Order: sequence, then C-alpha cells, then structure tokens
Amino acid sequence: MELILDGLRKAFWLLVTMDPEVFGITLLSLKVSGLATLISTVVGISLGALVALARFPGKRIVVGLVNTGMGLPPVVVGLFVSILLWRSGPLGFLGMLYTPAAMVVAQAVIATPIVMGISIAALQQLPQKLTLQVLALGATKPQLARILTKEARLPLLAAVMAGFGGVISEVGASIMVGGNIKGYSRVLTTATVMETGRGNFETAIALGVILLLLAYAVNLVLTHIQQRERPR
Amino acid sequence: MNRNRPLLLLAVALAACLAWSAPEYAAAERNIILATTTSTQDSGLLDVLIPAFEKKTGYFVKTIAVGSGQAMAMGRKGEADVLLVHSPEAERVFMAEGFGTGRRLVMHNDFIIVGPAADRAGIAGMKSAVGAFRKIAASQALFMSRGDSSGTDAKEKAIWRAAGIKPEGQKWYQETGLGMGQTLNVASEKQGYTLSDRGTYLALKKRLDLTIQVQGDRGLLNIYHVIEVNPEKWPKVNAAGAKAFAAFVTAPDTQAVIGAFGVDKLGSHLFFPDAEKREEDLGR
Repeated sequence: MELILDGLRKAFWLLVTMDPEVFGITLLSLKVSGLATLISTVVGISLGALVALARFPGKRIVVGLVNTGMGLPPVVVGLFVSILLWRSGPLGFLGMLYTPAAMVVAQAVIATPIVMGISIAALQQLPQKLTLQVLALGATKPQLARILTKEARLPLLAAVMAGFGGVISEVGASIMVGGNIKGYSRVLTTATVMETGRGNFETAIALGVILLLLAYAVNLVLTHIQQRERPR
Repeated sequence: MNRNRPLLLLAVALAACLAWSAPEYAAAERNIILATTTSTQDSGLLDVLIPAFEKKTGYFVKTIAVGSGQAMAMGRKGEADVLLVHSPEAERVFMAEGFGTGRRLVMHNDFIIVGPAADRAGIAGMKSAVGAFRKIAASQALFMSRGDSSGTDAKEKAIWRAAGIKPEGQKWYQETGLGMGQTLNVASEKQGYTLSDRGTYLALKKRLDLTIQVQGDRGLLNIYHVIEVNPEKWPKVNAAGAKAFAAFVTAPDTQAVIGAFGVDKLGSHLFFPDAEKREEDLGR
C-alpha cells in the first residue's frame, strides 16, 4: 500500500518536473499508438463499411473472422511482424525492425480488427429503411457509405476509442518489434515492464499512472468529439 | 461545414502524427544491434556504457535485452551484430560453429544461491554449489528455476548436471520462464530457493524476503564475453560496428567504468573488469 502511494508521489513528481526521459517516453507512446489508431481507423472503418453494406456469400464467415481478430494476442502479432521484418525475412530490406515505425505497423495490425468489428456492428444496426430511403433519393454507393458512416458516428468513435485502448496498453508486440531501446523505441508499457524487472516498483507504478492519465486525456478528446452533436 | 469538423480534426491529428513519426533515417551502417542479457540492462550498466560509446564513435546502438540463449539465437540468424552474453559453454559452441569472428572476455561477477532465511534444506554457508543443490533436492525444498535458456538458466542446469540430478518434472522444482528480477520476486513470495546473479539480487534486495545462502564457489562465476557476429554467414551484419563495440568494452577506460559501476549506489562492485585476463585465471 505504501508502495502505491510512493508510486503516485513519484508520478506526480515526474509530471511536475517534466522529467525529460519520461516526457519523451510518453510522447512516443502517444505518437506510436496515435498513428496506429489513425491507420486502423481509416482501414477499419472503410473495410467495415464494405463488409457491412455489401452482400456476398460467406459474409458471416468473414464477420466471424473479424470478430475473432478483435482478440488478436499482441505477442502473436509481434512475433509475426518480427519474422517478416527480420534482416533475413521477406521485408528485411526495409531495415525496419527495432524502430518506432515497426511498432506502428504491429499496433495497426492489432487495432484494425477491433475498429473494423465494431464498425460492422455499428453500421449493421442502422435501420434498413434508412438505406432504402437514401438509395431511393438517388445516392451512389460511396455516397450511401458516407451518409451511413455519419449516421453511426457515435458507435464509430467508440470503435476508435476501443482501438486506441487496445494499442496504448499493449506491451507484447511493442517490446518484440521495438526492442525497448532507450530514447528511441521505449514506450510507457515497455518501460513499465523493464522497471518492474529492475525492482524499481515506484517508477513502474508512476509510469502506469502516467499511462492511465494519457489514455484518459486522449479519450476525453475523442469523447468530446463524439458527444458534441448528438443525433436528434 | 460544422459537420465536417471531426473529420478535419482527425486529418490534422493524422498529419501531426505523421510529421512526428518521421523515422530518423540514420544510415544503416551507423546502426548496430547489440543483443545482450537482461542482467546488463537491469543493473543499469548499459545506460552508462551505451551513451559513452555512441558519443565516442557516432554509432547508434539498438540494445535488445533478452536471455543469453535468445541473444545467441539472434546472432546465429544474423539479426544482431554484436553479443554481450554470459553462457560460456553455449558461446564455445557458437564460436566452434563459425557464427562469431571474435570472442573476448569483458568482465565477471558471480552467481549466488539465495533462499528463505528459514533454510529448510540447511545449505547456508556451504562452499559447494553442487553440494547445496544435492541437499535442496534431498530435502525436496522448493526451487524456482528461470527455465528460459538464459545464461543464468544454463548455469543452473549445469550445476544440476554436475550434481547428477534431473530436477525437471519434480514437484519441488518449478520453472517461472521469467527474467531474473521477476523470478526472485516469485521465489521470495513462495519462499523458495533460486540461483541469481549477484547484481540483480543486490538491486532488488530491499524488497525480497531472501538471503544469500551459498556464495564463493569458483563454479559460480558469471563470466561475460563480447562476441562479434560473423558477417560471412549473413552479409547484412555490421561487422565494423561490432568490432568498434567490442574494442570499446574491452578498452582500459571502459573497463575502469565497469569496475567502478554500482559502488556509489549499491555500495558494492557489481562487475569486475577482466579484459586483460584469461578466463582460466578468474576466481583464483
């Protein structure tokens, strides 16, 4: 218990003094997970809309696969991305392993099925009549997709938040493809693992608290966007 | 107009993120990948050595802290340029198979057998690690193993072999599969014995309910070597960078830093510099 208080105190101290190392780690977490979330938002919502609105055989199987992908274990993603990015691997020529860019790729792979799965559900629960009405007014397919996406804005932003929550908190893929390199690819979660291993529990707790604060701040912004215009 | 603002916001955020994340495209030949053990990172030694090396040579070092077993596996695949490891038997195999071009002694410290103060196996103060392991097995006292092919794990397995005991699968023998720090925490919680490097134990000591039971056996030496990975096997290996790093860690200035490391914070030496010595002479 005392330890947790020490950790909170340390978190407060690190924040008010703007500790340069912790500040850098926090900023990198935000950059990597933010970018991964944005990529997965674009890809996830587009593909989600495609699957939700199109009719094709085997649709249930596809949706089932996407829903399974929502629980993709980060370490498994990390392992596969590592193997692809190895110097001796198929994408080795990129020289991307152990860089923040590799972490973005791995996190985007983790977040995309989450965003996509929730997007499919969000678009499918819109009333069927709306689709018919929009089509009757002469909308093209892309126009239809845009209108429905706007209509489902609330749950779609929830999809984005879930995607962000999934990647800002994951450690398995980040440590594997990023390598937890000091001042370069160390993010809040991998630093927490390392400080725990070093027995610096106060610092580990402090980093955890900062991670929660960061996630809260980001979600506050997203919630603000989400709640600003409630559909009447 | 107003309806498009969220989209605009997202676009701005995306642009900002892209600008931020523009990777630092350092030329590949200025990057080296150092695969090393968790003990060198967890002790904080690398936080001192790496910046000094980078400043001196202009190389950018990507330190990947894993167990010695995994570090050598990375070397075998050419995924690392230089290794700093502590698993001499496996290292000799690595060299014999031609995966390394040079292997140099860097430093040593020692392993210790730690356990609960109650000492159910009655090994406190013993001078022989093999003898202590035999007593632990005979009394069936709980023993926590790393079980992760790290250098410490290899040492532990070697002691069991020397004792002629096969502990795997026994009820009193449990594998954590975790790093040293976490394994010590588990051993402390479950009041079991474990083999640890002295540095990690000292760093965590204040939170552990474990005491040193056996130390000082020559067989408990923990010896670190730096190995340059053979570029003939994998042309992408940065041989020049590896050479520079190996030269750096064995240079007299660096050796002095290694010898002094930890004295101010933990009040005791964590590593003893050995670049000038021969492995056979250590601990005599």
